[in-house]
Amino acid sequence: MAENGKILYCNCAHAKVVPDEVKEAVLDGLCESGLEWQAVSDLCEMVARRDPALRQLHGGGPLKVAACYPRAVKWLFGSAGVPLDPAQTQICNMREESAEQVLSQLTHLELTPNVPEGAGKAPREIVDEAEDSR
Amino acid sequence: MSLTQTTALQVILFEGEPATPFTPDERKSLFRQILGRGFSIRRTSQPEAVSVDQRVQSLVVGRFHGQSPAHPGLPESGQNLVFLDVSDQPAANLADCVTGRAAELQTERQHFDHKSWKPWFPVIDYDRCTNCMQCLSFCLFGVYGVSDIQQIQVQNHDNCKTNCPACSRVCPEAAIMFPKYKAGPINGEIVNDSEIQREKMKVDISSLLGGDIYSLLRDRSDRAKSRFSKERDSSKALTERQKCLVKLQKDADIPPEVLMSLPSPEEIQRRAAEASAKAEAAIQANRQRQAANPDPE
Ligand code: SF4
Ligand code: SF4
Repeated sequence: MAENGKILYCNCAHAKVVPDEVKEAVLDGLCESGLEWQAVSDLCEMVARRDPALRQLHGGGPLKVAACYPRAVKWLFGSAGVPLDPAQTQICNMREESAEQVLSQLTHLELTPNVPEGAGKAPREIVDEAEDSR
Repeated sequence: MSLTQTTALQVILFEGEPATPFTPDERKSLFRQILGRGFSIRRTSQPEAVSVDQRVQSLVVGRFHGQSPAHPGLPESGQNLVFLDVSDQPAANLADCVTGRAAELQTERQHFDHKSWKPWFPVIDYDRCTNCMQCLSFCLFGVYGVSDIQQIQVQNHDNCKTNCPACSRVCPEAAIMFPKYKAGPINGEIVNDSEIQREKMKVDISSLLGGDIYSLLRDRSDRAKSRFSKERDSSKALTERQKCLVKLQKDADIPPEVLMSLPSPEEIQRRAAEASAKAEAAIQANRQRQAANPDPE
């Protein structure tokens, strides 16, 4: 992963939509890699709860996310008021790709941006409001 | 938004100076157990990656050998930054020791109960959404609302009925996703416009619902009611309603328990009217805004 880049892994705790064997193998691979990385229990849950940690998670700069479909991940972050930077974000889809594919993308130095294109904007959200009231 | 804004505790596995690193197996066990309790977890060896954040509480775990947090690069411990030295913990106890401390902190701060709700809610693709308000007028449970500039938004995530994707099928733009749904494009797969036949989706839902789910339910309920008054047979009214719902359940993949938990037809009517009024008001407000400012941005 590029210098200063972040790796974020979603454990999709509440549903079986991401195959267990992919999740487990990606998690093991990251633990063995010696890389700096972060894992969350369930990104959807964080968005629904407007968890302020969402802002910390992406915080600017290059980001690789291991979760599900890029369109869903784009708008989960977007609807929480912390839009992903399309030029600096790569989303690996653990629903469709093998653990080997996901791990090789996460650990590769290069980042290949793949956030779906589009200029749509979500309304301001509660994460923003919490920021403003500080 | 009816869920209170809450944050999960974050565990930081600190493996830089002065701490000694964990083994890959220890990391695996720690990551699994901590995620299983609903917390976030991060691995770092950079002291500058450990910082105090007013909004997020962190538990910094390391084999500090009694030196934490004396390292000059690490911040001082405080309410939002708690250190846990696990130097004395054998590998077998490590995960229990960390999850135990994390759970204590969670109780002190009253963090959320991670297991209590499956996060099932619509996510709007604003690259596709045209702000038509059909979802707002369809949903009986107040999941949707409008922002201060009359833009559609999901406001009450936990009002949504678990595993029910019905509103995604009324969206003419296929803009509503449920990331935990089994199939595309509702799960977030790319919408292939040539394949999806947007109009077909629209037609499907209207043929399925006879144009309007609520008027259908209303008609059925009126018929059921008149029979009910004649025959005094409440089970017939219920059967009638169930028949209508079975088709909906099959064609729109709505879980039976959701349909069976719908309120009385009168209450459905009331809520449907309320939702349509909200949608209509938002549409009118948007028209007025556009008329006042015909060339925005
Ligand atoms: S973002 Fe995707 S992988 Fe993560 S919890 Fe939601 S559905 Fe699961
Ligand atoms: S029905 Fe679809 S296009 Fe219309 S406002 Fe809702 S999400 Fe947007």
